[in-house]
Amino acid sequence: MDFQLSFLMSSNVLPLLLQGAATTVRLFSTAWIIGILVAFLLVGLRAVPNRWIGRIVALFVEYHRNVPTVVQIMVWYFGMPEILPQDIKLWINRGDTEFLFAMIALGLNVSAFFAEDIRSGMRAVPHTQLEAARSIGLSAFGALIYVLLPQALRISVPPLINRSLILFKDTSLAMAIGVAELSYQTKAIENLSFRSLEVFFASTVFYLLASLALMGIGAWFSRRFPPAFKG
Amino acid sequence: MIDLQHVNKWYGQYHALDNVTGQIKKGEVVVVCGPSGSGKSTMIRTLNRLETIQSGRIFVNGEDIYSPGHDVNKLRAGIGFVFQQFNLFPHLSARENVMLSPLKVAGMSKAEASDLAAELLTKVGLEHRIDAMPAQLSGGQQQRVAIARALAQKPPLILFDEPTSALDPEMVGEVLSVMKQLASEGMTMVVVTHEMGFAQEVADRIWFMDAGKILEEALPRDFFSAPKHPRAQRFLADILSPKMVGHAPDAAEALA
Amino acid sequence: MLDILSQYGMMFLVGTWPSGPVGGFAGTLILAGLGLGLSFPLAVLMALARTGHIKALRVFSTIWVYTFRGIPLVTIIFWVYFLLPVMIGTTVPAFTTALSAIVVYESAFLTEIVRAGLDGLPKGQMEAARSIGLSYFKAMRSVILPQALVNMIPSLLNQFVSTIKATSIVYIIGVQEITFSAQQINSIEMTKALSVYLVLAGFYFVACLGLSQFSKWLESQIRNRQLHGV
Repeated sequence: MDFQLSFLMSSNVLPLLLQGAATTVRLFSTAWIIGILVAFLLVGLRAVPNRWIGRIVALFVEYHRNVPTVVQIMVWYFGMPEILPQDIKLWINRGDTEFLFAMIALGLNVSAFFAEDIRSGMRAVPHTQLEAARSIGLSAFGALIYVLLPQALRISVPPLINRSLILFKDTSLAMAIGVAELSYQTKAIENLSFRSLEVFFASTVFYLLASLALMGIGAWFSRRFPPAFKG
Repeated sequence: MIDLQHVNKWYGQYHALDNVTGQIKKGEVVVVCGPSGSGKSTMIRTLNRLETIQSGRIFVNGEDIYSPGHDVNKLRAGIGFVFQQFNLFPHLSARENVMLSPLKVAGMSKAEASDLAAELLTKVGLEHRIDAMPAQLSGGQQQRVAIARALAQKPPLILFDEPTSALDPEMVGEVLSVMKQLASEGMTMVVVTHEMGFAQEVADRIWFMDAGKILEEALPRDFFSAPKHPRAQRFLADILSPKMVGHAPDAAEALA
Repeated sequence: MLDILSQYGMMFLVGTWPSGPVGGFAGTLILAGLGLGLSFPLAVLMALARTGHIKALRVFSTIWVYTFRGIPLVTIIFWVYFLLPVMIGTTVPAFTTALSAIVVYESAFLTEIVRAGLDGLPKGQMEAARSIGLSYFKAMRSVILPQALVNMIPSLLNQFVSTIKATSIVYIIGVQEITFSAQQINSIEMTKALSVYLVLAGFYFVACLGLSQFSKWLESQIRNRQLHGV
């Protein structure tokens, strides 16, 4: 079990690993953007005073929270093409099908968690805060910007960062449908070369450093902006 | 029984105990008073090593309790400690709270420990609440359970850290009367308190502390009639001033 | 979907058992239950080390927690798959590999749960326990852990839900559990993938949602009890 750095640096290994890492980062960032956009949509829909919309949003959230992420990816990748119209299927198949479905599945998955985190932050601010803000003469917008959001974000951001960390790790599940992200490439190189130690080590270090960076940001935020109200 | 020699403690820059020296003899009741932040709670907590000290020595029964290798569990088993916030174990009934030390430390049998607990809870006037859970008891009752728990260690010495400060005014009396009874039975007691009536009636000696120092050590009648140190004079004037007499417990609370 | 469920219901539930090993959802529950159960004692030790006074242990458990929280379960499975046979010098069944990886992975999260439970108790509890002469370990056993464990039950249930979901990836090394069964069924049926995977999702959905709701209810019960006495 000797460790050979030169193996990692060789011209047929390093490019594959870097490609994998780049795909991981690309999958993470695109899914994150989908997640945050859909999350705000969900929070907005929940505020609509209609029972049916409320129920559908709740079902959407609970499905994504209670079904394993890898199963959600499979439903999209193996299942969805059955009901998609032929034209759309052809259009999708021209592109990177695996990446596209993994991105959609991961994005919708994380949106359900993001939505709950945002909502709990908004609920944590007592409504008397709005009254107090309006009574000192702030406009509704001013109250939101200067009083409500600063308090809500202190509650929401730490779990949002923590969930982003989970999303980052969950990108590895896309290997199940053959997306060539880092875990997939790690396994592929190992299969070809039988040099497990070096590749496993390299991919572990990559995941760990990225995760520690996210944890660090989370810890910094909590220290810099401690919650105003203890929940 | 207790001998503090030049004890110093800092919290960072803050000098919490400043060269504290003093002796307490067996059977004595010493009341420690002083304004808030004067170091009296810190001092009493050093006596069973709930705090560390940076210099000086503290002897209990002739043993240097901060010497390396001193058995802290044995030390604490021989000293009762009553907290301001009671600190009963909420998952255990009153009886089980009292039984825990006899069972786990003294190695008493369950039946013996249970009898002892019943006896001690009766002594503090809680014979009707023996199997109640802490959450079902009033503050005064909880503090009396805590005193029974301390007595179960059969300690020659009990330390009281502001035992009535967290209580509603109407419950202060029931706890103080238990403490008076203990004093009359010859228990050695160190009591941090703002209850000056209790001090006058029960204490053998008063220690007045401020800014981490013992500024005055006196007999109660001397201390209350003619305090020597200017800060002791002001402290007494504040706490006993006519406009506050009617609200003595509130004044004590405000100082705590 | 109903036709899939009626035709392959048993396969979803128990896999190819009794002709093969127990798989299906029973396999999932066994894997998750054993995984969490075995990682719990490890987590208690790690949490004690993390809150204790011995610096070397504190550093070790902190590194442990951050490392295994920071890498995907897939990565841990790779390592166990590769290292465990080398370490014990013999081949290791897939189930053991998966279980070991899950124990290591979950121990990091459980440690934080146990630590939060310990930190959540008032400081006076430890002081009072030490004041009546209990040693650190006796105080932990008689006073601190019994209280902390009760408060932890809802978090432990939630972690069980997370563990159930996490086990779904171990099919990649061929462990018999429900996602593996679904893959098999899908390869038999070929054209009903959506139904097969929605039934699979349904199993997880019902079990995990039920457990999370139960955990919420328990939490409110525990909070009530603390507020109003037993």
